Amino acid sequence: MAQPQEVKLISAFGSPFGHRAEVALKLKGVPYELILEDLENKSELVFTHNPVHNMVPILLHGNQAVCESLVIVEYIDEAFDGPPLLPVDPYDRAMARFWAHFMEHRWLKPFWLSLWTNDEVQKGFIEETKENLALLEARLNGNRFFGGETIGYLDIVACMLAHWYDVLEEVTGVSLVSDNDYPALRRWAREYTSNEVVKQCLPDRDLLVAFFTKRKEKYIMFANALLSQ
Amino acid sequence: MAGGGDELKLLGMWASPFVLRARLALSFKGLSYEYVEEEIFGNKSELLLKSNPVHKKVPVLIHNGKPVCESRIIVEYIDEVFGATGPSLLPADPYDRAVARFWAAYIDDKLFSSFMMIIMGKTDEEKAQGTKGLFAAAETLEAALEECSKGRPFFGGDSVGYLDIALGGFAAWVRTRDVIAGLKHFDPKKTPLLAAWLERFCALHAAKAVMPDVEKLVELSKMREAQQAAAAAAAQTN
Repeated sequence: MAQPQEVKLISAFGSPFGHRAEVALKLKGVPYELILEDLENKSELVFTHNPVHNMVPILLHGNQAVCESLVIVEYIDEAFDGPPLLPVDPYDRAMARFWAHFMEHRWLKPFWLSLWTNDEVQKGFIEETKENLALLEARLNGNRFFGGETIGYLDIVACMLAHWYDVLEEVTGVSLVSDNDYPALRRWAREYTSNEVVKQCLPDRDLLVAFFTKRKEKYIMFANALLSQ
Repeated sequence: MAGGGDELKLLGMWASPFVLRARLALSFKGLSYEYVEEEIFGNKSELLLKSNPVHKKVPVLIHNGKPVCESRIIVEYIDEVFGATGPSLLPADPYDRAVARFWAAYIDDKLFSSFMMIIMGKTDEEKAQGTKGLFAAAETLEAALEECSKGRPFFGGDSVGYLDIALGGFAAWVRTRDVIAGLKHFDPKKTPLLAAWLERFCALHAAKAVMPDVEKLVELSKMREAQQAAAAAAAQTN
C-alpha cells in the first residue's frame, strides 16, 4: 500500500465553509494540518491553489488541490476510508445533494442579506428566510439529524443553521425566529453543536461574536452594494 | 440496475440548457424515457408542481414515480443508478471527479450568469458586459479543457463524460449567440481547444439526437427582445 499523502486544509477563522471540510476530515479520521488564512491579507497559497476563485477552503491532498466546500466534502467521502458521509442509496444521495444545493443557492443569500439590511428590503429577506427555514424544518421530519441517526453530509452542509446562526442573531440584533418556531431545527442545532467531533471544529463563540462585530460596518456596506447591482 | 421495470419520465422545456444536460445524459447512456414538454410561458403542470414543489423548475427526472431535481444532480443520479448501462459519465478517480464537479459548478455560476446578462440585460452596456463575461469564461474553460482532457478529445478523455455534458447543455445557446452576434464566442483563435470541442461534441450522434434547433432558439431570442423593447417603450409613455 502506497504511503498516505499529506493532507492540509487551508481555511480561515470563522468560516462555515472551512468548518464543513474540517468536520468531514475528522469524521473520516483523516489526519491533517490546518492552515488559517487572514482573508483580508491572503497568502500565495490561496492564489496558487485556487486561481479561479482565490477563496478558502482549499484541501491539499499531496500536491492536488480541491476547491469549493461541497466538492471538498464529497471528495473526502470518496478518497478516504471510514464511515460514509453521503447516503449509500442513489436516490437518498440525490436528495442530500438537492438540499445541499438548496442551502447554497436558496438559503444563503437571503439569510445573509436579512442580517445586514433594513426597512422594507430587510422584511422581504426575513420573510424569504423564514419560508426556507420552514422547508428545512419539514426536511428534518422529526429525525435527530438530516442524515438520520448520525451526522451526515447534509448536517455538515447545514452547519450555518447551528453555531453561526445565533452568533449572527446576537451580533446584529436581528431575530429571525422566536422561541417556539422551528423546534426540530432548534433541537438539531443543539445535537449538532454538542457532537464530540463537531465541537473540535467550531470556532470559539466569543471570538466569533467579536469577529463579526468588528466587521459589521463592512458587511452592511457590501450588502447594500450587492442590492444596488 | 437497467432495462425492464424502470420507468423514466423527464419534465423539460426545449430551450433550457439544464434540461438539455439531462437529455444528453440519457442519450449518451442509451436510456429510453418519456419526455414531457412544459409550456414555456404558460402554466406549470400539476405534475411539475408536485414533483418539484421547492423550486417549481425543470428539469425533473421521475424514476419509478420518484422525482430527482437539479440538472447536475440528475446527471450524477443517472450515472449511479444505471452504472451497468452505457458508458460511465463521472470519472473513476476521486480527484478527477472533484475537478469535474468544480468546473460544472463554475459553468453554472460564471457561464450561465454571463448568458443571463446578455439575454436579460436592459441596456446595450449590460449586454456587452455579458458578452465580455462569456469570453472570459471561455478562456478559463479552455485551460480547464487542457487540464482535464490531457490531449484527448473530451473533458472526460476519449469519450464524453459528466463535464462534457455539463458544458454541452449550453452548446445550443453558444451557437445561438454566435448567429445573433455574427461572431464565435468560443473563438478558434483565442480558445482553439474549446472551439474544436464544441464542433466535435455537437457532431456526435447522441448529442444531435437531443440538441434543440439553433434557428428556433434565434427566433425565440428575437421574440424575447421584441417583448423587452415593447415593455421598455410602454414604460416610457406611462
